[in-house]
Amino acid sequence: MATTSNMFLYSLTIQPPTTITQALLGQFSGTKEQQIITASGSRLTLLQPDPRQGKVNTILSHDIFGIIRAISSFRLAGSHKDYIILATDSGRIAIVEYMPKTNKFSRIHLETFGKSGVRRVIPGQFLAADPRGRACLISSLEKNKLVYVLNRNAQAELTISSPLEAHKHGVLVLSLVALDVGYSNPVFAALEIDYSEADQDPSGQAREETETHLVYYELDLGLNHVVRKWSDTVDPTASMLFQVPGGNDGPSGVLVCGEESVTYRHSNQETFRVPIPRRRGATEDPQRKRTIVAGVMHKLKGSAGAFFFLLQSEDGDLFKVTLDMIEDGGGNPTGEVKRLKIKYFDTIPVASSLCILKSGFLFSAGEFGNHHFYQFEKLGDDDDEEEYISDDFPTDARAAYSPVYFYPRPLENLVLVESIDSMNPLVDCKVANLTGDDAPQIYTVCGSGARSTFRMLKHGLEVSEIVASELPGTPSAVWTTKLTKYDEFDAYIVLSFTNATLVLRIGETVEEVSDSGFLTNVPTLAVQQLGEEGLIQVHPKGIRHIVRGRVNEWPAPQHRSIVAAATNENQVVIALSSGEIVYFEMDSDGSLAEYDEKKEMSGTVTCLSLGKVPEGLKRSSFLAVGCDDCTVRILSLDPESTLDMKSIQALTAAPSALSIMAMEDSFGGTTLYLHIGLHSGVYLRTVLDEVTGELTDTRQKFLGPKPTRLFQVLVQNQPCVLALSSRPWMGYTDPLTKGFMMTPLSYAELEYGWNFSSEQCLEGMVGIHANYLRIFTIEKLGDNLIQKSIPLSYTPKRLVKHPDQPYFYTIESDNNTLPQELRAKLLAAPSAVNGDATVLPPEEFGHPKARGRWASCISIVDPVSEEPSVLQRIELDGNEAAVSAAVVPFASQEGESFLIVGTGKDMILNPRQFTEGYIHVYRFHDDGKDLEFIHKTKVEEPPMALIPFQGRLLAGLGKTLRIYDLGLRQLLRKSQADVAPHLIVSLQTQGCRIIVGDVQQGLTYVVYKPESNKLIPFCDDTINRWTTCTTMVDYESVAGGDKFGNVWIMRCPDKVSAEADEPGSEIHLVHARDYLHGAPNRLSLMAHFYTQDLPTSICKTNLVVGGQDVILWSGIQGTIGVLIPFVSREDVDFFQNLENHMRSEDPPLAGRDHLIYRGYYVPVKGTIDGDLCERFSLLPNDKKQMIAGELDRSVREIERKISDIRTRSAF
Amino acid sequence: MADKLRTQQELERLQAKYIGTGHPDTTSWEWKNNIHRDTYASMVGHPPLLSYMALAQNEPMAKVRAQLIRKMLQPVGPPPPREGEEPMVITRQNSD
Repeated sequence: MATTSNMFLYSLTIQPPTTITQALLGQFSGTKEQQIITASGSRLTLLQPDPRQGKVNTILSHDIFGIIRAISSFRLAGSHKDYIILATDSGRIAIVEYMPKTNKFSRIHLETFGKSGVRRVIPGQFLAADPRGRACLISSLEKNKLVYVLNRNAQAELTISSPLEAHKHGVLVLSLVALDVGYSNPVFAALEIDYSEADQDPSGQAREETETHLVYYELDLGLNHVVRKWSDTVDPTASMLFQVPGGNDGPSGVLVCGEESVTYRHSNQETFRVPIPRRRGATEDPQRKRTIVAGVMHKLKGSAGAFFFLLQSEDGDLFKVTLDMIEDGGGNPTGEVKRLKIKYFDTIPVASSLCILKSGFLFSAGEFGNHHFYQFEKLGDDDDEEEYISDDFPTDARAAYSPVYFYPRPLENLVLVESIDSMNPLVDCKVANLTGDDAPQIYTVCGSGARSTFRMLKHGLEVSEIVASELPGTPSAVWTTKLTKYDEFDAYIVLSFTNATLVLRIGETVEEVSDSGFLTNVPTLAVQQLGEEGLIQVHPKGIRHIVRGRVNEWPAPQHRSIVAAATNENQVVIALSSGEIVYFEMDSDGSLAEYDEKKEMSGTVTCLSLGKVPEGLKRSSFLAVGCDDCTVRILSLDPESTLDMKSIQALTAAPSALSIMAMEDSFGGTTLYLHIGLHSGVYLRTVLDEVTGELTDTRQKFLGPKPTRLFQVLVQNQPCVLALSSRPWMGYTDPLTKGFMMTPLSYAELEYGWNFSSEQCLEGMVGIHANYLRIFTIEKLGDNLIQKSIPLSYTPKRLVKHPDQPYFYTIESDNNTLPQELRAKLLAAPSAVNGDATVLPPEEFGHPKARGRWASCISIVDPVSEEPSVLQRIELDGNEAAVSAAVVPFASQEGESFLIVGTGKDMILNPRQFTEGYIHVYRFHDDGKDLEFIHKTKVEEPPMALIPFQGRLLAGLGKTLRIYDLGLRQLLRKSQADVAPHLIVSLQTQGCRIIVGDVQQGLTYVVYKPESNKLIPFCDDTINRWTTCTTMVDYESVAGGDKFGNVWIMRCPDKVSAEADEPGSEIHLVHARDYLHGAPNRLSLMAHFYTQDLPTSICKTNLVVGGQDVILWSGIQGTIGVLIPFVSREDVDFFQNLENHMRSEDPPLAGRDHLIYRGYYVPVKGTIDGDLCERFSLLPNDKKQMIAGELDRSVREIERKISDIRTRSAF
Repeated sequence: MADKLRTQQELERLQAKYIGTGHPDTTSWEWKNNIHRDTYASMVGHPPLLSYMALAQNEPMAKVRAQLIRKMLQPVGPPPPREGEEPMVITRQNSD
C-alpha cells in the first residue's frame, strides 16, 4: 500500500485527555514541596497542589507519544529529588527527571528490554520501585519480570544496571508492589496465578484447584541476582496488594485484598484478616460482597511506626485500616503484628489513584468523572463508627463468618476543597450553535452512573465580574489612573462622554471628584499619569497638565483640533485634524516640552501608539501612526532622528487601534510587538524590530464585524492585549506552551476597556458597554475551554438534538443497577426500618446495585436557558435499557419529527444476550420540552443504530437493516436486508446511500433502490475495523473510529459509486459476484491515524468563524481532537518535512518511535501529527534554527505556519 | 543439515521466549488459547479499552482488570484429552 495519499489531514488535539490512569506523589522539583505526577493517556502531567488556596495547578503537561502503562517514582538514598520511572508501550524503561528551571522533563536513562507494543509477555504492565530507591521491578501480565538495580556513580549520577531476569513460565500476575524492608535486600511481592497445570489437565480439575499465590522476589544485592524467596497461597479472589511499612516504621509485609477480605501477610508473621464491611440500607443487597479497587498508605509524621491505610471499595466507601502491634513488657510495640482493624471512614467517588499529602490533603484521581481535592478534617480516630478487628474473623477467606455492616453517611472526615473538571469518560458529542454566538459550542455527555453530566464546552476565557453599575449617560471611553508614580493602586476612573468628562475616585465607595483639575465640560481623548506627580488630560482643544493642583494648558493651534493621542509615563504624542503630529517629552523639571517640528502625515491620523518606556530608559523609541489611507508607519523618537520614518506597512483596511507592547515569546525572552486593529474587525500582530523599527512576521485573525480596539492590560502579571470587536478577546502568551493565543472572553460586548487595579482587585479590567461600567478579572489564562455541566441520572449512551429547538435528549442506562421503581418499592416496604430508609444522594454514594437489573431513562436537557437543567426525565421500566436514539421526521406524518428510542430487555453484555428488543416512539410537545409516549414496537433484537432515512426510520437490528414507517399502533416494516456480518452499530446516510458500520468488520456501503424497494450492499472493507462511530465526509467518503483508537477515512471508488446509483442497476448489483466472501467491491483507505484514545463520536463541523470544515472526534478518556484537511500540496510538503525533523530532533520521551506509534495497528496514512509539530515552539533555540535552516525558512515563519493552521480552523 | 538444526533451535528458542509462537503441530486449542490470552492482555494493557468495558459493565476498572486477568487462566476450556487417554465425561458448569 502506498504511503502517500491524495488527501492529507492535520491532526490536532484541542482538549487533551482528562482521565488519570495513575497518580503519584513525590518531591519532583527537589524541594520540600510535594507534587503530583499523573499519567493520562499519552500525557505525563505535573500538578502542583496549593494547600493555602486549596487548588491544584498544572505546571507541565508532556505528550510522550506512547501509551503510559505504569509510572513509579523513587529517590536515591541521601537525595531530595524523586525520579520518575515510566513503563510504556515502547519496550523500554525510561527514567525521567523534572527540571524545575526549564520546566521540562528530561530523560536520564532509556533501556530497551523487549519488543514495542502492549503485549502479553513484554514487561510494562506492572512497575514497582523499592522504597529506598535501590531497584525497580517491571513485569508483564504473564511470565516476564525484570529487575533493574539503581545506583549512583562517583559523579553522583544515577546509574541503571542491565536487567536481571525473574521469569517463570505460565504465571499470570494480578498485582505487584515493592516491599518495605528497610535496608535489607529489596523484595518485591507479586500476586500470581499459575496456569501451567490447568493447561495440562483435560479434566478441568486442575483449573478448579488453581490457587492464587503471594510470591516474594528478593534481589540479592551482593550476588546480583533475583530469587523467588517465598510463596504462599492466599485468598483465591485476591486481586490487589498494598505495601505495609517496614524497617523502623512497621512490620513490613503486604495487605492482600480480595472479595470481602483484607488480609495481612508476611513471610515471618502470622496471617490476619478482616472482612470489608457491607453497606446497610433498604435498597442494598445484604449478600453482595465488595472488593477493594483503590487505596493508599500514609505514614504519619513525627511518630515512628504510625501509619494507616485508606482502602476504597467499589461503591466508593473508604475504609481506614490499621495494624496493632504486640507490646513488650515496657509497653513499647515490638515488630510482631497483633491484629488488623478496619472501619468506615468516608465515601468519595471511585478513584483510580489516591494520594495523601503531608499538608493534610487527599488528591483523588477519579476513575470516571471529576478529580477531587479533599482536606482532612480529622482522621476518624475517635468517632462512633464501629471498628472490626481481625480477632473475630478466621484467617481463611473460605471459612464461615458473619458479614459485618455499616451505614454510609455524608463526609465527616474529609472536606471537598476543589473539584477538577474531567470529561472522562466522554460518551457522545455534538457540535451546534445554540447561543447565537459567532462560533459553535461543543455539547457532550460524559461520566458514569449517578455522576454523569451533560457538558457544554465553549471556546473562551472564564471572566469573573466584580461590579456592573449603571451610569447616568453613555460614555465613549474609560481610563483609570494613579495620582503619582509611587501609588500602588489606581485612584481615579475617568469617563469620557460626547461633551463631558466625569472623574470618579476609587475607594471604599466610588464617588465623583470635583477638584481633580480635569476639564469636565469637554470629552477626553487620553489620560495619563506623567512623571512623578503629574496628570495629563488630552481633550480635542488641548492638553491639560496638572501638577500638584497647578494647571498648565497647551492649546491646540487655531482651527485645528486633536483627533488622536498616545501617551506613556514620559511622552505624549497627539495628532491634529490637519494630519500633523506633535510630539512632547517630559523635561527633567517635570514640565512638558514640545518638539519644535511637527510631522505632517499624508492622510488623517486615526490612531497612535507609544510603547511603554522600557525599564532603565527615558523614552520609548518608536511611535506607531495609523492613517486612513490604510497604512501604519513607524516613526523614530530617538533624539537624533525624532519623527523620522522607520518603516511603513500597508493594510487591508484603515487601522482603528494600535498598541506597541513587549510580550513573552517562545524563545524565552520578550519581543516587541505592534498590535493593529482594523476597521474591518481584523486584528494583526507584527513583530517590531527593536533596533531598526522594521515590521515583520504579520499574523492576523478576524475578531468580528466591528472595528477593533486594543488595550494593554495586565493579567497574572503578564502584559496582555484586550481586543474589542463585536465580542471581547484576549491576546496572551500561553503559560504552558509559550505560544501566543487569541481567545474570546466569555463576557458581554465591550466598547472600551482599561486596566484596573485597587486594593480589592489587584489585576482587574474596567470596561464600558452602553451605559454600564463593568469591572472584571480573568483568573486562569491556561484553560481556553469553558465548561458548564448539568447532572444526569445514569451513564449516558447517546445524545440527540431536537431538529430546530435548542434542546437535547439523552438516553441513559446503567447495568447492574436497581431501577427507580424497585428502589421506591423497597423504600416503601414495611420491613424498611427508620435508619434503613434514608436515601443518600446518589451523586456521592452511587445507585444501589442489583445483578442483572437495568436502570434507564430518557432526559430532556435545556442547555441554553439561564439555569441550564434537565427539564424532564422519563424512566424506562420492565428492565428495559435504552441503547440507541434518533429524531426522525416521518413523511407519512407530514414531516413531523418524533423521538425514536431503541431499547433492549434483560440484556447481558458478555456474551451478548437479551430477551426482547423494542423501539419506542415519542412525540414532541411544547416545542420539544415535553415528550409523549406513542407506542412501542417489539423487535427481535435491541436496535443498536437508528437514523432517519427519506422520511422513514432506518434501524440496524443485529445483522439486519430495516426500514420502518410510523403506524398508528406500531412501526410498520417496509424493507429489509441482512447486510452486516455481525452487528450493526452505526448508520449514516445521504440520498439513497446508507453506510453501515459493523461492530467488528468495518463499513459496508448499501444502496436503497426505491423502485424495487431493495437494500443492496455493494462495497465493503478490506480489514476488520471494530467500528464505534462514523460520519460521512462526502458522498463517497466516510470518517470513522474504532475500538483500538484509530481514526480513519474510507472512500468508495468513483466508478463503483456511480454504478450503484445508476437507475435500474439493481439487477446488476444483486447478481454481482461476491468477492472473497464479501460485497463485490472494496473501499480504499484514504487516511489512517492512531490516536491512543478510543473515539466515541466523530462529526464533520466548523469550529471558528469563517473557518473551513474539520473532522472533530471525541475520545472516551475525554480527548477532543480535530482533523484539518490541507488545501495545498505545498503545505503538506512543508508539514511532512517538519514532522520528519521533529521526529528526529524531539524524539518521544519514553523511547517510542513516533511513526510506529501513530501507525500502531495500521501504518499511518495521509495524516500529519499536529501535536508533534506544535512541540516545535518548545525546542531549544539552536534546534529550532537547525530545523529552520533545513526547511529553508525562518523560525518565525515556521511558528507562524504552525499557529496559522490551528487558528484558522480550531481553537 | 547443520543449518536445519540451527533453524530448529532458533525456532525453539523463539517459542520459549515469545509465548504463542506457533509450530507445525499447534493444535486448535493451543491456538485459540493463545489468541484469547493475547486479547485479554491487550484489553488490560490499553487503558481506553479497559475503561470502555468498565463503563459498559458499570463496574470499576480495577475489578474488570482482575476479572480479565483471571479469565486468562483458561479462556477456552480445558485442553482436549491426549491421544490414548480415555475422554472423561465431565459434568461441570461453564464458569466463564
